[in-house]
Amino acid sequence: MLDKDKLDWIYNKLFTIRFFEERIKKIAKEKSVPGYLHTCIGSEAICVGVMAALNKDDWISSTYRNHGHAIAKDCNLNQITSEIYGRSTGICKGRGGSMHISDFDRGMLGSFGIVAAGPPVVLGAALQEKINNGSKNSVSFFGDGAIHNGAFHEAAGLAKLWNIPMLFVCENNGYAEATATDWHLNTKELSDISKAYDMVAYRGNGNDVFEVFNLTNKALEESRNKQTPIFLEFKNYRFSGQYEGDTQLYQPQEEIENAKKNDPIKLAIDNAKNHNLTKDDIETYKKNALDAVNSAFDFADTQPWPKGEDALQEVYVNYPKEVN
Amino acid sequence: MPIKTVKEAINDALVQSFENDKNVILMGEDIAGGKGREQYQGTQDAWGGPFGVTQGLFTKFGGERVRDTTIAEAGFFGAAVGAAMTGLRPIVELMYVDFAGVCFDQMMNQAAKVRYMFGGKQKVPMVVRTVVGAGFRAGSEHSQTLYSLYTHIPGLKVVAPYDAYDAKGLLLSSIQDDDPVIFMEHKRLYMTSCEVPDDLKPIPLGKGKIRKNGSDVTIIAIQRMNLFAEEAAKELENNNISCEIIDPRSYSPLDEDLIYTSVKKTGRVIIVDESNPKCSLASEISSLISENCFSDLKSGVIKITAPHTPVPFSPPMEDFYIPSSKKIGDAAKELLNA
Ligand SMILES: Cc1ncc(C[n+]2csc(CCOP(=O)(O)OP(=O)(O)O)c2C)c(N)n1
Ligand SMILES: [Mg+2]
Repeated sequence: MLDKDKLDWIYNKLFTIRFFEERIKKIAKEKSVPGYLHTCIGSEAICVGVMAALNKDDWISSTYRNHGHAIAKDCNLNQITSEIYGRSTGICKGRGGSMHISDFDRGMLGSFGIVAAGPPVVLGAALQEKINNGSKNSVSFFGDGAIHNGAFHEAAGLAKLWNIPMLFVCENNGYAEATATDWHLNTKELSDISKAYDMVAYRGNGNDVFEVFNLTNKALEESRNKQTPIFLEFKNYRFSGQYEGDTQLYQPQEEIENAKKNDPIKLAIDNAKNHNLTKDDIETYKKNALDAVNSAFDFADTQPWPKGEDALQEVYVNYPKEVN
Repeated sequence: MPIKTVKEAINDALVQSFENDKNVILMGEDIAGGKGREQYQGTQDAWGGPFGVTQGLFTKFGGERVRDTTIAEAGFFGAAVGAAMTGLRPIVELMYVDFAGVCFDQMMNQAAKVRYMFGGKQKVPMVVRTVVGAGFRAGSEHSQTLYSLYTHIPGLKVVAPYDAYDAKGLLLSSIQDDDPVIFMEHKRLYMTSCEVPDDLKPIPLGKGKIRKNGSDVTIIAIQRMNLFAEEAAKELENNNISCEIIDPRSYSPLDEDLIYTSVKKTGRVIIVDESNPKCSLASEISSLISENCFSDLKSGVIKITAPHTPVPFSPPMEDFYIPSSKKIGDAAKELLNA
């Protein structure tokens, strides 16, 4: 049985991510924020379930679809929102934007916009832990589309060859942009590709936060004990388009309706009683999450813009001449 | 004459090339869009790439010639090289030029070198269509231009059209060209429009264009920077400064004669490039001018470029990053002590 603190954390995060992304969809419609916005509605259980199994300072990499990862990694919600608004108090000082929300102090190596850029970087962090006898776990998040890219395969091959404990966490949400996952799969199951590297793989229901949590715990332990990488495939559904503004014409309505039956938030609410949580508990989680989200957006909206010249900061650690 | 957006003009050139030559094929991500699965036929061709540029091609020409790829750029760029060497005329789409890194080898070391290195027997008639440019609030990994990265490499041709007319004419010739061509489309220009004749002939690569005649200062503007050059030139008329605007359109080969003729006339040069400054098109053109027109220059060449930083996300910083008509105007006034 999970202790109450853990349960509180899990439910709180699930609702926070969902409410946050719903708010993002709203402001995207109003066109009140700059840039591309990729929401992760339908991914909450994967973000929260994996992160619940990690320690605060474990290493992860994320992608342009990173809001859920950042929230579940306990990044500051006000700073996340401020970043999306492009303000100077943003988590990346306004230089990254929605696609690159990342806080190194929370173990985030980066949210990369290039598909499959993360796995090799996480491999490097895990290698560092191994060489220095460190204890931090290393987890790379990527999508079903990323498994076709060479960078993923090269990282997987090296990780296995070097006996690097790390998790390759593939979120199989049914789509890579406008392309359905199964249209491009050569293997029956996506995770079968790990066989090429003789890498252990587990598949789980990415809509069930507790299944994600348990499977991640198991994989982390096995990965550490056997000093080996492990591939985790979590299946879920991408309710949003590739980005906000995407017409989603390629996603059949029938398919979306079917997927709603397994909505991760709905599933978590259904599961609540198995964890001795009451309706009141759920309402409290919801209220707290919504309050936090609302105050984060209120905060962001009042934050100062960076100055144009701030663009010149921090290109290098050390550079003899001012960058201009 | 029909008015077309850059996006439509590119689509027209693609359709025309597909119709004229059965060896023309297209490969890229989400260019078919839709499920692709039989039970979902109706939803195909929903995208045509993220900017909808190739929409309709999948329906018109079918999946054999319009090939939706996985996110495997090194794979399908290499395939384009081989297909081009053996008889096809592949067009491949690099969704954003920022992704060049994952497939650069196939362009830099294979496409660019096989003809030379293997004794001149091969040719690689392929086109890379790619999307460049800042101003979209798309952050550091979706906003670069990287013109000079490709221009630097012998064996590659590099084209960057500004308006719909040039986009169509230059794409037609790029597809007919027997060398590998990098065709760079600016995301902020897709929806701009101008008159484009239906029977437009291919525009030869390596021919620049005088966008405006003038006598006091030559503004050499790269792709979207033509917009700012035109704005600045209009403004500068109030100061009695007459600007000549040169759009080279193609960077390898580069129409050096057009540039030198103008510089000899005006003796003053401003080069505007939204790329980073080091080893850029701006620095290259500047060095060519100082080598070839030194005695004609009345003052040093002025470069207006982005700073030596990645493209920042936040609007005030990105606006600071991108050259502006004001910067061009100020530079021209300083040159002429106006
Ligand atoms: C190397 C590279 N190629 C193409 C793209 C454009 N792109 C961005 S997201 C995406 C689809 C990725 O799908 P998936 O890995 O399933 O992740 P999801 O968006 O579903 O989370 C593509 C093709 C990119 N960012 N990087
Ligand atoms: Mg996906």
